[in-house]
Amino acid sequence: MSKQTERIFVKGNEAVVRGALAARCKCFFGYPITPQNEIPELMSSELPKAGGEFVQAESEVAAANMLLGAGACGIRAMTSSSSPGISLKQEAISYMAGSNTPAIIVNMNRGGPGLGDIGPAQGDYYQSTRGGGHGDYRLLVLAPATGQEAYDMTIKAFDLAYKYKNPVMILGDAILGQMKEAITPWQPEGIDDEAGREWSLSGAKGREKRLIKSLYLEEGALAGQNKNLQKKYEDMQSYVEYEEFETEDADLVVCAYGSIGRIAKSAVRNLRKQGHKVGLFRPITLYPFPSAALLALAKQGKKFLTIEHNLGQMVDDVRLAIRTVADSDFAPIYPGNLPIPEDIEGPVLEWLEGK
Amino acid sequence: MSEKLVFDRPQAVIDRATHYCPGCHHGVAHRIVGELLDELEVTQDTILVTAIGCSVFLYNYLNVDAVEAPHGRAPAVATGVKAARKDKFVLTYQGDGDLASIGMAEIIHAANRGENIAVVFVNNTVYGMTGGQMAPTTLIGQRTTTCPSGRCMEHEGAPIRMTEIISSLGGVTYAARAALNNVKNIRQAKKFMRKAFQCQIEKKGFGFVELLSACPTNWKMTPIQANERIETEMIPYFPLGEFKDTLDEGGTC
Repeated sequence: MSKQTERIFVKGNEAVVRGALAARCKCFFGYPITPQNEIPELMSSELPKAGGEFVQAESEVAAANMLLGAGACGIRAMTSSSSPGISLKQEAISYMAGSNTPAIIVNMNRGGPGLGDIGPAQGDYYQSTRGGGHGDYRLLVLAPATGQEAYDMTIKAFDLAYKYKNPVMILGDAILGQMKEAITPWQPEGIDDEAGREWSLSGAKGREKRLIKSLYLEEGALAGQNKNLQKKYEDMQSYVEYEEFETEDADLVVCAYGSIGRIAKSAVRNLRKQGHKVGLFRPITLYPFPSAALLALAKQGKKFLTIEHNLGQMVDDVRLAIRTVADSDFAPIYPGNLPIPEDIEGPVLEWLEGK
Repeated sequence: MSEKLVFDRPQAVIDRATHYCPGCHHGVAHRIVGELLDELEVTQDTILVTAIGCSVFLYNYLNVDAVEAPHGRAPAVATGVKAARKDKFVLTYQGDGDLASIGMAEIIHAANRGENIAVVFVNNTVYGMTGGQMAPTTLIGQRTTTCPSGRCMEHEGAPIRMTEIISSLGGVTYAARAALNNVKNIRQAKKFMRKAFQCQIEKKGFGFVELLSACPTNWKMTPIQANERIETEMIPYFPLGEFKDTLDEGGTC
């Protein structure tokens, strides 16, 4: 990688676009929805300059299916949306997962359920990590907490999508998408624009025809396909990322991800200044979930408090990870509220003191 | 006296038996598609987008790269394929339930954007693979498993005429309707399909052909009765002909 020294001041949404362009994204299919509109807007002006194609689809359904078409051709392609729009994209996401098609899907999570609001929330954790569409499948899910991470992870997402031939979701929220901060862009090296040449559709000139499908009707064929997919999800387990902050001597470890992870980090910093032994565990990959690292902390006898901008979703994964030796309490931040570090410090102190 | 081969299987068509019912016209439509891909010399540059329904298995019969789309979304998938591979011939092949019902938004918008793709629309006025339910194109009075007393205008509305709708859109270069019930009409179908394919090859935009086709099994008819039904019931409601042709004017691209 080559670091660029010039820093730029951008919204998280713009950081995603800059990262995608650096990763040589060639097709973007979008549909407007707040709070991610800067992504399609910037793509519409910048992608054609980079020799790519921007299409404003007639719906999120169509955008995701356009992504399926471009992905099947082995072209670096992405779409973005926010919660209600992501629900509409689930049909094609299931098909892409079922047909081993790489794709990047950005979700700037807003409040729900239903139309909810346009403010930040983390209510789409289940949908993102459990497979929001039909069938048994998984996405790689990356949860950036800063503009820089949004840039870096978008670049990484393209490599992961091609490595695993699987859709990758970048799960941010309205805080990340709308907040402006300085990032340092960098240009990845060694990108193989033809990474899908072994399997993608390009016309059957000089070779056998290829078929990208998810329909398996013969007796046992679908079972075989699901076994292959399961093997892939097991292989993905080797790719986990997380941040640990002040956990070494902590009595209580706060588990939080994305924007809330970042706010929780400030809360932990403030509480440390007051002499409280608290730490932060921030999963960066939500699938695969960094279970082993969390279990290692549990084996040290620590207490856990999961804080999310929802009513309790990731806490299930935390509990699954540590269930043999410990448990985790949960403190919700109700979607519709925008928390500050002080909002997190209260519950942390309560649990630290043995609520 | 030496033998002269006058009729052969196109390279684009794979030598295998199809799974279709006796009297079904998918085989005829597939054959025309295959002949045209060869004649227009695009077989090895074609990316086929198949849809849901009986015709999903078209990829088993054509010797071309293919991707399977969700129900109704083939025009969106094709839009993505074309964005990714501008130099390839991109074809969707969709039935009436697929294109005119669940996929209405996708076909209208792909057509209206003037996507440089070709669409073959097979209209047999019924959902075939799922067992004969009502389609948007089911004719008034036609009995199906979900309108057992016959389609009624008051309850189910009118059969949709897709070619008329498609031809009204600014982005469309060519739109025509043909039938597959007799040799004369099959020849006309091939002529229309050639023009629809030509639009894309000449980079002149969206080409659309509707094919009135038989489903003897779900119509509960013999193949011959089914062919007669196309003539006496379908063609009067779904008239044949070219509804829009701006190919010579340079198309819409």
